[in-house]
Amino acid sequence: MSRNRGNMTVTQPAEHPLLQVQGLTVGFRRGGQWNDVVRDMGFSVGGGETLAIVGESGSGKSVTSMALMQLLPRDNARISGQALFRGTDLLQLDERQIERIRGDRISMIFQEPMTSLNPVMTIGAQIAESILTHRRVTRAEARAEALAMMDRVRIPSARSRYDDFPHQFSGGMRQRVMIAAALACQPDLLIADEPTTALDVTIQAQVLDLIKELQAESGMGVIFITHDMGVVAEVSDRTLVMYHGDVVEAGTTGQIFRQPARTYTSALLSAVPRLGSMTGNAAPLPYPVFDIDSGKLREPAPRPDTLREDAPCLLEVSDLSKRFTVQSKLLKRTIARVHAVEGVSFTLRQGETLSIVGESGCGKSTTGKLITGLHPRDEGRVLLAGRELGDIPAAERAHDIQMIFQDPYASLNPRLRVGEAITEPLRIHGKASDAERREIAASLLTRVGLLPDMAGRYPHEFSGGQRQRICVARALVMKPKVIVADEAVSALDVTMKTQVVNLMMDLQQDMGLGFVFISHDMAVVERISHRIAVMYLGEIVEIGPRAAIFGNPRHPYTQRLLGAVPVPDPARRHQRGAVAVTELRSPVRPPDYCRPDRRYLEISDGHFVLDTGEDWQ
Amino acid sequence: MGWFVRRVIQSLFMLWVVVSLVFLSIHFVPGDPAELLLSQDGGAPDPLMVEMLREQLGLNRPLVEQYAHNVAGIMRGDLGTSMVDGSSVSAEVMRRLPRTLELIAAAGILSLLIGIPAGVLSALRPRGRFSRGAALAAGTAQSVPVFVLGTLLVILFAQVLGWLPAGGFTPFSRDPGKHLQLLILPAATIAIGLSAIVFRITRASMLDVLPLDFIRTARAKGVPARRVVIRHALRNALMPVITVFALQLGGLLAGTVLVETVFNWPGLSGMLVAGVNARDYPVVTGVLVVVSAFYIGLNLLVDIIYGITDPRVRK
Repeated sequence: MSRNRGNMTVTQPAEHPLLQVQGLTVGFRRGGQWNDVVRDMGFSVGGGETLAIVGESGSGKSVTSMALMQLLPRDNARISGQALFRGTDLLQLDERQIERIRGDRISMIFQEPMTSLNPVMTIGAQIAESILTHRRVTRAEARAEALAMMDRVRIPSARSRYDDFPHQFSGGMRQRVMIAAALACQPDLLIADEPTTALDVTIQAQVLDLIKELQAESGMGVIFITHDMGVVAEVSDRTLVMYHGDVVEAGTTGQIFRQPARTYTSALLSAVPRLGSMTGNAAPLPYPVFDIDSGKLREPAPRPDTLREDAPCLLEVSDLSKRFTVQSKLLKRTIARVHAVEGVSFTLRQGETLSIVGESGCGKSTTGKLITGLHPRDEGRVLLAGRELGDIPAAERAHDIQMIFQDPYASLNPRLRVGEAITEPLRIHGKASDAERREIAASLLTRVGLLPDMAGRYPHEFSGGQRQRICVARALVMKPKVIVADEAVSALDVTMKTQVVNLMMDLQQDMGLGFVFISHDMAVVERISHRIAVMYLGEIVEIGPRAAIFGNPRHPYTQRLLGAVPVPDPARRHQRGAVAVTELRSPVRPPDYCRPDRRYLEISDGHFVLDTGEDWQ
Repeated sequence: MGWFVRRVIQSLFMLWVVVSLVFLSIHFVPGDPAELLLSQDGGAPDPLMVEMLREQLGLNRPLVEQYAHNVAGIMRGDLGTSMVDGSSVSAEVMRRLPRTLELIAAAGILSLLIGIPAGVLSALRPRGRFSRGAALAAGTAQSVPVFVLGTLLVILFAQVLGWLPAGGFTPFSRDPGKHLQLLILPAATIAIGLSAIVFRITRASMLDVLPLDFIRTARAKGVPARRVVIRHALRNALMPVITVFALQLGGLLAGTVLVETVFNWPGLSGMLVAGVNARDYPVVTGVLVVVSAFYIGLNLLVDIIYGITDPRVRK
């Protein structure tokens, strides 16, 4: 027990909240000027209560938590206001005093479990470190307590994994380690900053369940920082909505979801992809657009289906396979193979959107790279507009198929003006003069909803959503027939996400494009797709029309995937069943592994499910 | 363990390549060693003398046989005899090697003691007064050639202040105090330049590590600032420092020649230079092989240290 803890266990009257924040203002110094990024913020959290702070990137939600814990650089950040934690103002404490509270009375977990653990310390030591820092215990006692914590967060065979290093753990398990380290001293308050954002949806469900269970056991308060309204509805009692550094709305979660008082909240909620919102619609439908001026939702006008059943297939993929060999270092012997893509077949018609969904490592991105010819394939045929992909010269292939990538920050060259970036394919293939290229860039920028004179700017002058529009424009410049969008909207804030999805659907309407939409986000997929293929361990386990996959999922994995998606409706919170602790299995197989003969069962017209047999018993 | 065995085998292979390269380069440079040795005073040497010398040195035997003889000798630890005075090269190397190693070790420890703390402090406040001063000092230290630096130190500490002797060597067994006194100036001369490098790498590497997420995690756990810096940041930042430091040390083994000359320190470099000047091939070969062996050994050591500090390397 730390000395600190002794003074602090004075019982507070029940009406006193655990943490009461008033007038919190945080400013950063940038080039000699102070910029306030959080203004006059106030909230309170009680024991056993969960407060969600939601907002899009740049809203100041993470800065708030960092400021409370005094984790911001002292010479570049200016913090004012009051944050009473059990009667002590956190903001007035010096470094020594706040160190005694951090990790002991108030703990934090962060977004990136992959980078938030020290790579050169064993995970056991990192959990025990929390205990050793705050309690006067021997190493052996700390070890015993850390092991008990690992059991509590349900890390399987804790004893044998105590001395493992972080790189030997999966993302979900690392987040469990983070939680174990954070909760090792039984804190009164846990601040969880986007703890599940980087995780796969089934793993996210497990981690959310775990936090809720531990909260119920210990009665701690939780501040849950997230951008995901689905997660908010799932976990929080009260919710605080932030926008550009201001609190725009606060209230109970039920109330905020039922009748938001502010237009921004309505806009945010309307932008949240909801699973099941498409039931009854045969064709994909753009998102309703929220009109800030009138405060009303504008439903999309009915539109003809873009799918051309009679036209020849744009893309025919059959028995596509890709294996990456794992070699021993010295003798270069093959010791294993990663079966990234196994016997994948599908077709894509003009004006059709086929979504490939699955969790990390399922082979969906590799499939995208194989059908665009970015990776050589091991087996299978890819017919692009009736011609074998390998026989099409690269210059012509660029006219047929283009790709959009996940990270709009990393996929634009920072030294290239966006006009040049968009028309670069034309320049490479010598298709247009300088003047023509400028004209094309201007018209494409207009086409994706930007201004023509933006062509002269550099990527850093644009927001994430705008950059993704630029990437879309670049994919369009060769007038392709097929666009492969690899997690193209996953990194965007919700409002940006709906805009880019709507843009893609408009383009499909006008140009008859075929999309292969690769995503892990089931709610977006439901909106945009005609057909869906679910991938698991390199194979398509289920494929069929959107309505069939969502309405009648047959494969156990599809069911698990759909069941894990958080529902953005607090009233339906407890409908999701308990999620078993499962890990995503690995597609690494011994070199002599031979894929068993696979058979697809036809459930209904065009709806096929892989007959996996005993694997799933 | 398999990883360790593989690295050792790799090192032995590298050593064999070096030995072969040294052997070949000596035999394929234009000019016959025996002829060159005898033609020192300008005129063409007597062919009979040359033939005798070739016979004596084994140069008239087939190349393969010479190579086998050479390799077999090295495996026995026999580096041949000097062409100049007929003394055993191995014995001479063994006598001089510890002196050079001692000089380098002293300089290395000194430079780590200066460079690492300076680098860490400067990374904690990269725009602070200390940081700017240290960067200036490091820049100066790196740009002054060692012989100038050595001479300046001799002038200051030996002539002006008279605190230390100007140069020379006394075996430790004869007079430990005197031995260490004589060690200080040459070691410091090397350490000043080396610590500037250690400082820069430590600083850059710490600046890379400090903003990482796991540092924030450690602070959020309430780990005291000093422990965050040393246990979490420095341990991750040390790997590039170890690599660069070891490469620098390896380079010093044959590169201390200027310092050894300035301070009259009878080390290995002096032997190499004398050997080259006298065209004493066995001496040159012997010193090169030993130096390479050390260089390779040092790299192996770095890899092992890497394996200990970074668990991701083992597998």
